[in-house]
Amino acid sequence: MSLDAAAPGLALTLNGEAVSLAVPPGRRLSEALRGAGALGVKSGCDAGDCGACTVLLDGAPVCACLTAAAQAEGREVRTVEGLGGPGANALQRAFLRHGAAQCGICTPGMLMTATALLADTPRPTRAQAEQALGGVLCRCTGYAKIIDAVCEAWRETPGEAPAPAPSGASVGARIERLDGLPKVDGTEVFGADAIPDGALTVRVIRSPHHHAAFAFGDLAAWAARHGIEAVLTAADVKGSNRFGVIPPFADQPALAPSPARFKGEAVALAVGEAETMAALDLASFPVEWTALAAALDPETAKSAPPLHPDRPGNLMTAGFVAQGDAQAGLAAAAFTATTTIETAHVEHAYIEPEAGCAWLEGEVLVIRACTQAPVMDRDDTAQVLGLDPARVRIIPTAAGGGFGSKLDLSVQPLLGLAALATGKPCRLVFTRAESLASTTKRHPARMTATIGADAQGRITGMRFDGDFNTGAYASWGPTVANRVPVHASGPYRTPNYRAEARAIHTHVTPSGAFRGFGVPQAALVQEALYDDLAGKLGLDRLEFRILNALRDDEATVCGQRLKGVGIGPCLEALREDWAAALARAAGHNAAHPERPRGVGVAGCWYGCGNTSLPNPSTIRVGVTGEGRLRLHQGATDIGQGSNTVIAQICAQALGVGPEAFELIGPDTALTPDAGKTSASRQTFVSGNAARLAGEALRGAILRLANMGEGAAIRVAPGEIRVEEGGQAHRIDLTRLPPDAHGYAISAEETYDPPTLPLDANGQGSPYAVYGWGAQLAEVEVDRALGTVKVLRMTAAHDLGRVINPMLAEGQIEGGIAQGLGMALMEAFLPGRTENLHDYLIPTTSDMPAIRTILLEVPDPEGPYGAKGLGEHALIPTAPAILNAIGHATGARIDRLPALPHRVKAAIDAAREG
Amino acid sequence: MSYERPADLARALALRAEGGRVVLAGGTDLLAATTARELAGPVLDLTAVAELQGVTLSPAGLRLGGGASWTQVARAALPPACAGLQAAARVVGSIQIQNRGTVAGNLVNASPAADSVPPLLTLDAEVELASVRGLRRMALSAFLLGPRRTALAADELLLAVHIPAAALAGQGAFEKLGARAHLVISIGMAAVRLVAVEDRVGAVALAVGACSPVACRLAEAEAGLLGRPLADLPEALDAAAVTAALSPIDDVRAEAAYRLAAAPELLRRALAACAPAPEIAR
Repeated sequence: MSLDAAAPGLALTLNGEAVSLAVPPGRRLSEALRGAGALGVKSGCDAGDCGACTVLLDGAPVCACLTAAAQAEGREVRTVEGLGGPGANALQRAFLRHGAAQCGICTPGMLMTATALLADTPRPTRAQAEQALGGVLCRCTGYAKIIDAVCEAWRETPGEAPAPAPSGASVGARIERLDGLPKVDGTEVFGADAIPDGALTVRVIRSPHHHAAFAFGDLAAWAARHGIEAVLTAADVKGSNRFGVIPPFADQPALAPSPARFKGEAVALAVGEAETMAALDLASFPVEWTALAAALDPETAKSAPPLHPDRPGNLMTAGFVAQGDAQAGLAAAAFTATTTIETAHVEHAYIEPEAGCAWLEGEVLVIRACTQAPVMDRDDTAQVLGLDPARVRIIPTAAGGGFGSKLDLSVQPLLGLAALATGKPCRLVFTRAESLASTTKRHPARMTATIGADAQGRITGMRFDGDFNTGAYASWGPTVANRVPVHASGPYRTPNYRAEARAIHTHVTPSGAFRGFGVPQAALVQEALYDDLAGKLGLDRLEFRILNALRDDEATVCGQRLKGVGIGPCLEALREDWAAALARAAGHNAAHPERPRGVGVAGCWYGCGNTSLPNPSTIRVGVTGEGRLRLHQGATDIGQGSNTVIAQICAQALGVGPEAFELIGPDTALTPDAGKTSASRQTFVSGNAARLAGEALRGAILRLANMGEGAAIRVAPGEIRVEEGGQAHRIDLTRLPPDAHGYAISAEETYDPPTLPLDANGQGSPYAVYGWGAQLAEVEVDRALGTVKVLRMTAAHDLGRVINPMLAEGQIEGGIAQGLGMALMEAFLPGRTENLHDYLIPTTSDMPAIRTILLEVPDPEGPYGAKGLGEHALIPTAPAILNAIGHATGARIDRLPALPHRVKAAIDAAREG
Repeated sequence: MSYERPADLARALALRAEGGRVVLAGGTDLLAATTARELAGPVLDLTAVAELQGVTLSPAGLRLGGGASWTQVARAALPPACAGLQAAARVVGSIQIQNRGTVAGNLVNASPAADSVPPLLTLDAEVELASVRGLRRMALSAFLLGPRRTALAADELLLAVHIPAAALAGQGAFEKLGARAHLVISIGMAAVRLVAVEDRVGAVALAVGACSPVACRLAEAEAGLLGRPLADLPEALDAAAVTAALSPIDDVRAEAAYRLAAAPELLRRALAACAPAPEIAR
């Protein structure tokens, strides 16, 4: 059969209906299905590496991206859209009930793969489920709740409504995500799913060299020859072609003028009709490159010509904290330990590459894209485009994972340039390779530290010194340089302290924000040294940490005295598991010396919110004349759950159930600024704003009803009913004049955490609230091959007040997965690992069993005592795993990731040493 | 763009003989290698060709149709000699990949890290190549010439893989070494097929992959095991003979020296898995 002719289309059955796909036969099935409206088919890599596009072809899971459309002809294709009837089917219900969908981008692929498994095996074991789902990557959940959901799906009733929060107890309720249904039924709109009619496609021309001068040829002729509507370069940037998340350091061009400073840097855009652009070979783009000498690591860069003329030695900035006399403290120590550890570039590897669209509404440029920071996007994009910020509106799509990298601009200014130049709606979807090459990474670090302890085991002093490879542009490098010295002591009493961290420019993809902002790297050094010191002192490693754990009213290395310090309770909560784990390991090792098991522990602390800088959040809540209760929630939910958590907090304050709210936003035109989703600040900062707004609205309602504090509030069509002690009052909403925001009654409140600046020695109050945690890792090491299997993690985290235990567990399990990846397998090598088969992240069976212990040591400043959690969950994981490897084998891993060949070399070295 | 999806071999070979077409089967390598929405250029899609299908056992041996998927190989009822091949089939990429990726595709793609090659080498696999000029057969070891290079002529298709009946004796095993659990390109892998005669090694085939430009059999190490008591396995393996036959490289996954150390260990584990007596299982 020849399929050459422009046949009416490829006939197949899609979700039970006969359809005809009018696409070229060699088109990826994923593209063909998306083109036919099945946007629940997600494209994460176009290479079979992530499984997000999994569909069922005659019942068998296949990557739609690797299947030619013609190969589905005459066959039955099932996508996520074909799973449920109205409402969720049993598997979808199970995903909602167990919190198995966080950001939701991998969820359709997970659901389809699991559907095939459950057709054969309705009640699978965990091992069967892990095996079946091994080809679908998730970066948020650590898979634990996905496996739970798949194994428990048989218990569910299709279409069942979620259980509401217990009355009067929204805070603390284990409720399902309020925004969960679209994540499991395929209707969630991610960056690539917002497709305006007639949208042009934007493609990006990028530097193929780490450092290169370039000159364009005849762009107009090229555009004319290929039918391109617009070609845009740095010359077309009307505003300031320097953006950056930290304004004093803003240095990154939207489109680089010559020279390009990293491989993958954008230098030009081509904009045209979707079909034209898809067929375009960018190799024909008229540009001549002249490769220049590149400095790829800080050691080389320190003596290389500066990337930015005003930053000699390529030193962007350094952070410094000193307290007491570190030298004297170390001199007075009975024992000291010193080590140097090197870490790798770590990629966020969210399953959704950056994507979005933009269009003009009159004078206003509207940008719809995945992001963690809509207001920063608006202001920075406006500056690049030379527009008043009032002329830019950011409507975030769902973000298919963020973890820090989607705080920075990516597609936004490029979409703005294209839409303004053409006057037409434009779309831009990064390929996986573009996402890997051009967006920020975790800073590689080379860190050296010495810690001393007295004969009783009390820490006497510490020195820390680190170089952080910040790449070509500033991004969040200044934050990393500042946070590291503030946190490098770990959550331990360290009286004499001196720490410096330098951010050094190189010709590499910018390093930026990634869950923990440099603290996970620093924790590796400090926690390794604590094990060394405990060994020299002959102390139990956990008890040594408990002895030195920071307590209430003791000074941090910044001289800040805190209340609600939870590290002691977290470490103490691990005692029983610690003893059991050590006993298990000893028992195993007696019988299996060639596969020794080891146990490691590490603690963490992390200050929530900006370091010594204002970072307010504002939340609005109102009741319309019709009696609709609306929560304007501008905090972007990137999967972590702020849509639910902030609603739970506001509901508690207002005295309603969280399901009573209609959620509005985020949208810079509709929601007040709730700041960025970063630094574990949303539950604490936006949560406090939500609490204040809820309390204010409650106060206003009670005043209108002239009722007392204990009254119950119920919002109903056209009215609010207020009742207390048999008394009832009805507020007729239709009679209240609309306020400035159009509400019958509304409240808007702002919260900004109280901090104090750091002085020249880093002394001050950098954060108002800290979160605390400690994790215990049990590993098994294969001595001969150097492979490591993490068997079990026990994670004790102090949340101050647990707003939603299910979401909290999800954060911890996901943080552990990322920490495990950082410890064992993840290394981005510029130009070499620009795909998800050379850049590895953990799969289902890489994950250990995880036991979570949630502690509540209330913080006086947090909403209902709550503290942040997002970053904390990742910080202790890698140090605990490396310490466990050391315990098992005596090997010290001083270069991450601990790939098998490095572990084997370290074991051999330990044996010889 | 011309896209042909013939239903029979004769038509497929005629199209192949015309030249200029990219040959598509499961698509798991071809579509992964492009960022375009569709395959560029004229395509010859083999997935409808009847003669390429099937996994069939006969007195003559085992025939794996070139178009057989790894799932089909993994699920087929095959003798214990094929246990290593079936274990390899279950770790080719993911279930999604195994459902689409084909026997012929894995061989023609000629990656040094192709998981199927070491077990097929221990099974003395032959490839059957078809063209309008006729059929020919050659040993798999002769077919694979180097990374991404094979003896396939421009007008040929890989019709089938044949395992001779004699090579279906004994027990097979496969060991894969990667930096994570699923969906991982191998750092190295080893396959063994062991034929026990009473309590001694009657015949043994050893192969290692991802440690040389082409996965290879280890004749010297095999010879050293012949006639040895099963009780001496796997320690009897001559590691020096193994490493002498390999020429690994440093890459993003591992260093060469590590691969040289790992290869004998993987073989020892595969030998242990093959040896029948429980007392020598590790």
